Amino acid sequence: MLEHYLSLAVKSIFIENMALAYFLGMCSFLAVSKKVETAVGLGAAVTFVLTVTTPLNQLVFNYLLSEGALTWISPAFASIDLGFVRFLAFIGSIAASVQVVEMTLDRYVPKLYAALGVFLPLIAVNCAILGASLFMVERDYTLPESAVFGFGAGAGFWLAIVALAAIREKIVYSDVPPPLRGLGITFLITGLMAICFMAFAGIQL
Amino acid sequence: MKLKQKKALLDPLLKDNPIAMQVLGICSALAVTTKLETSVVMSLAVIAVLTLSNVSVSLIRNLIPPSIRIIIQLTIIASLVIVTDQVLQAFVYDISKQLSVFVGLIITNCIIMGRAEAFAMQNPPYESFLDGLGNGLGYSLILIVVGFVRELVGAGKLFGIQVLPLVTEGGWYYPNGLFVLSPAAFFLIGFFIWLLRFYKPELQED
Repeated sequence: MLEHYLSLAVKSIFIENMALAYFLGMCSFLAVSKKVETAVGLGAAVTFVLTVTTPLNQLVFNYLLSEGALTWISPAFASIDLGFVRFLAFIGSIAASVQVVEMTLDRYVPKLYAALGVFLPLIAVNCAILGASLFMVERDYTLPESAVFGFGAGAGFWLAIVALAAIREKIVYSDVPPPLRGLGITFLITGLMAICFMAFAGIQL
Repeated sequence: MKLKQKKALLDPLLKDNPIAMQVLGICSALAVTTKLETSVVMSLAVIAVLTLSNVSVSLIRNLIPPSIRIIIQLTIIASLVIVTDQVLQAFVYDISKQLSVFVGLIITNCIIMGRAEAFAMQNPPYESFLDGLGNGLGYSLILIVVGFVRELVGAGKLFGIQVLPLVTEGGWYYPNGLFVLSPAAFFLIGFFIWLLRFYKPELQED
């Protein structure tokens, strides 16, 4: 049983990396990777929020939205399928939990709160977070599975953005052709990183 | 057409392209472009959501209290995406399955939020409509170019029809599998930006 969760975690961190294999969270991935320090902060915030929201949305979907989910209130609701409002429900629960996380951190761990700074509220519109919840529905994960998947997806994003930021800090010293500077070269680096991560695809777990 | 309106429509095509210049909406641009067909459907979905959300946000822009504007914009966008998703599932079910989570991710596509926030909040509905259409077309332009190259080089097909006969089927074309995988999308957009900034040096970063 433990092996199953372990392999799910490894799969979501390396093989199905959120940023490099599914292109999720790309906007912040490219925009916030100029310095390693900020990249670490954003990665930590994303991992934290993903670990909280994916299982939360799993509960919301299975006990409120999917077909026959409302039978715990009354058997008469068995035929109701609210699956189509899941986009709205998920974005709502993500925004709400980001808010709760923000207030909790501010109250109890002010140091971490200061370190994450402006990234925390921005995470609500990071597509990696909503993407993980939608993948969770598509792949029918159970509650513990979705917790592991959420954490793994976040850790994979963290790893990728810190690696990219480290490369970008070095590339400042290179002589890049002017039209390619900034965004262009970042795309090419990310492509090369994606090739490296493809090496994990052959691993059998 | 007045100058300002023309600018709102035409600028986002190349000069202020949402993907290449504003760095908005990259996630979906890369993920759905393995085939031309999915790129076209995705482009249409984004154009529809973007123009409608720009118009609706612009119509009620004077009634929205600034402190809760983000949640209002998100609700409008999410409702429009739900409608789009249902329409896609009803009429092009196969493609909707292939697009999988990426239709839902239009909600968090920064283009839509970004244009609502940056343009529709300050401008009347007609200009916001043009701005939405222009940005949608600029987005589609890149999606379709990337989708065209990836499907042609990666599988020798266009819209699922074999254009270049494959070696495995007695033809002469060896497909380049890399183009179907994720790295090729990064390279293609990188090269597109390179070309664009080579011909328009004023767009270069320092």
